[in-house]
Amino acid sequence: MKGNVLPVTVVGGYLGTGKTTLVNNLLRAAAGRRIAVLVNDFGTTPIDRDLIVATDGDTLEISGGCVCCSYGSDLMERLMTLPTQRPDVERVVLEASGVALPGMVANAVTLLEPYRIDAVVVMADAETVQAQADDAYLGDTILRQLTAADLIVLNRCDLVNDTARERTIDWLAHQAPNARILPATHARIAPELLIGLRDGSTPRTHATLQALGAPDAASLYDALELDMPPDIDLRQLGPLLAAPGTGVLRAKGMARDAGSGVAALHVVGRRFSVDPAPPGTMPTKLVAIGLRNNLDRNAINDALRKTSSKQEIPC
Amino acid sequence: MSTNKITIFRARRILTMNPARPEATHVAVRDGRILGVGALEELQGWGAHTLDDSFADKVLMPGFVEGHSHAAEGTFWRYIYLGRFDRMDPDGKIWPGATSIDEVVARLQEEERKLASVDEPLSGWGLDPIYYGDRRVVRADFDRISTKRPIGVMHASGHIFNVNSRALELAGLLRTGINHPGVTLGDDGLPTGELKGPEAMTLVGKHIGFDREALANDEPGLRRFARLCVRQGVTTATDLANLLPDDAVQMMQRVTGEAQFPVRIVSFRRFQALTPEQAVEIAVKLKEQATDRLRLGAIKLFLDGSIQGFSARLRWPGYYNGAPNGLWYTPPETVAQLYRLALQKNVLVHSHTNGDQATEMALDCLEGALLDHPARDHRFTLQHCQLADAAQFRRMSRLGMCANLFPNHHFYWGDQHYETTVGPERATRMNACATALASGVPLAIHSDAPVTPLGPLFTAWGAVNRLTASGRVLGTGERISVADALRTITLGAAWTLKLDGELGSIEVGKRADFAVLEDDPLEVAPEKLKDVRIWGTVQAGRLFPAAGA
Repeated sequence: MKGNVLPVTVVGGYLGTGKTTLVNNLLRAAAGRRIAVLVNDFGTTPIDRDLIVATDGDTLEISGGCVCCSYGSDLMERLMTLPTQRPDVERVVLEASGVALPGMVANAVTLLEPYRIDAVVVMADAETVQAQADDAYLGDTILRQLTAADLIVLNRCDLVNDTARERTIDWLAHQAPNARILPATHARIAPELLIGLRDGSTPRTHATLQALGAPDAASLYDALELDMPPDIDLRQLGPLLAAPGTGVLRAKGMARDAGSGVAALHVVGRRFSVDPAPPGTMPTKLVAIGLRNNLDRNAINDALRKTSSKQEIPC
Repeated sequence: MSTNKITIFRARRILTMNPARPEATHVAVRDGRILGVGALEELQGWGAHTLDDSFADKVLMPGFVEGHSHAAEGTFWRYIYLGRFDRMDPDGKIWPGATSIDEVVARLQEEERKLASVDEPLSGWGLDPIYYGDRRVVRADFDRISTKRPIGVMHASGHIFNVNSRALELAGLLRTGINHPGVTLGDDGLPTGELKGPEAMTLVGKHIGFDREALANDEPGLRRFARLCVRQGVTTATDLANLLPDDAVQMMQRVTGEAQFPVRIVSFRRFQALTPEQAVEIAVKLKEQATDRLRLGAIKLFLDGSIQGFSARLRWPGYYNGAPNGLWYTPPETVAQLYRLALQKNVLVHSHTNGDQATEMALDCLEGALLDHPARDHRFTLQHCQLADAAQFRRMSRLGMCANLFPNHHFYWGDQHYETTVGPERATRMNACATALASGVPLAIHSDAPVTPLGPLFTAWGAVNRLTASGRVLGTGERISVADALRTITLGAAWTLKLDGELGSIEVGKRADFAVLEDDPLEVAPEKLKDVRIWGTVQAGRLFPAAGA
């Protein structure tokens, strides 16, 4: 199982924030990656009809080899059986219910050895999130959802003016200081942020990012590709890239591990993980994506220098 | 005129729950229904009959109606009972409470010797370590029994497992580096074997004999549940949260339809992974499949979790020990929409609300739904509703809502509620039966079996005495009279199920369902109500002695 852990993206957020739209956007951008989408229920059509190839009970087959399953109250059961039922699946996107706490869902996933949490993404509605956070019934649930986020997608920004949007972003940054905040409309964000950068491929930054859905996506994001010193310690690099200030929304890199193998570093917002890479993986450059004007090349270079064993590492 | 035979039962006393004729000595039965109740000479006018003296020295009450139980009580008796308190199994055997962890282990050891294969799991239920001091149960305790076979025991609350090392190993949990609130770690960084909450429990469940497939659609369990009902005087019992897949419905129809099946089962479809539209549609279809002894077509909805699990939603000031507020299980928009559609289609909905904030939300949602669909007689019921205050009961009354309260909690968890979960004031107000009645809220009381043992007379005793396991009285002001308590476990519960027209009292036209008692609950001291001996039941005119169950 080691070296073959399935990354899980938990998508949380209250009803109507755009979770389903986001999931559909990801499926449309899957481009051959086999994603299993787990949803609480099939109640309101969870997947756009044109993406569905076949329906079989609690499973929808989706074009491009993806699949969508409902889990009801049996999320753990579903996750336990998924790797044997669908050995071809490369990644899991787990859509939590509107009142679920995504932090708790992510925590539950960590009990299962074949999985790692790649990111907790929480959707927020730019128009209503602050009112919801004041709701007597829902307020604490909404705030607990937001504070568990690695990335907050502030959706429906087209429905508010610039001042209101900026005010909401400030408020979110105050409520969830560790989360990276991404303004969006129609849940359009760079899919690579959630479904990852392809293994071994050099990102053709502009080409990749121009295909993001939003017409102006290329101007929203920036990507960097940096050499990593051969003696890099990914476990030290991870927290430095995940720290606030680097502007990194997602980063990925493979390097020789202390042992004989190669390890993979994944960073999404404030979260990072270092796992053994599948056998045969070669070291790569470090690739980082962030918001344009926000991604700090110098800070990332500093981080790389600090974590090379040839440098003194401040404690 | 029917030519079917008439049986007139003579009894020491018949408590009818019909205020127009509260007591009698004879009841006439024909076609499984009550032809009349009164003095013998009043009943003889119905024609030729057989006089049955079987109950000449017994007291008859309307068959008890358990308004909140789960047929899983029957399923759990396949495991070893390890609770702190004595409990009667479906065979009538009393399993003595285990007074220490050593006794729990000894009982498991004894049962372990009976297992044939070396790797068969050993499973128990009902464990309640809060009564064994501060010491937790750890895997080393169960490793004394076996390190080869997986061993797992469910706690009385149903929310925790204790397992041995082998079970952890099979579940992939015997490793360091786990960081999850449901997995308690020891000084060695390894799990201690205590696994809390559904996620951690699901991981080990299938290795220790608690897999969901084994628990669902359990025919022997349903039969055991029925036998327990007979022993407790219950003639109608709810199975309150069932997913009711087709095969389970077919099994339940077949089993309950057998000539000697002694109980009417009222099974609610659990609202889960459905839209309100789908749920109501399913309920309407299920209603068409109902039979006399299998009532279908109602919906059970969960709004929050449990108080002792700190997952109930509380209003200010929250939990006494400062724990964060609990979890919502259904968003308000969904609750409101379900209520609206159910009112429109005349589908009964019972809603689980433990915390007072969940109760408040249910009231808000129903109030809004009633504006759209002003149903006059919906009988929507709040199940548990343990922390409701007087203002909420007044609102319930105005909205036509019923309450099914949980007095068994006083005995089993009342001390914890007083000391830890909600503190003294709210603990003494919990399950405010007297306030409910004074506010005009139709009231039932329940066991939530298997969470606490099935036994309406015990539940009535709880509502009358409000005693905790340590002997503390939780609020004399909320005590109700024996007469009121007896009414809630018959007509009261029947009302919440919309069955009060056919059940719940002994009067002409109703089902001939009786609880047959050896002692008179109105004559014994109120503190002895739980000790009233039960001969068995009569269900639709059929006699079911507990001794033969």
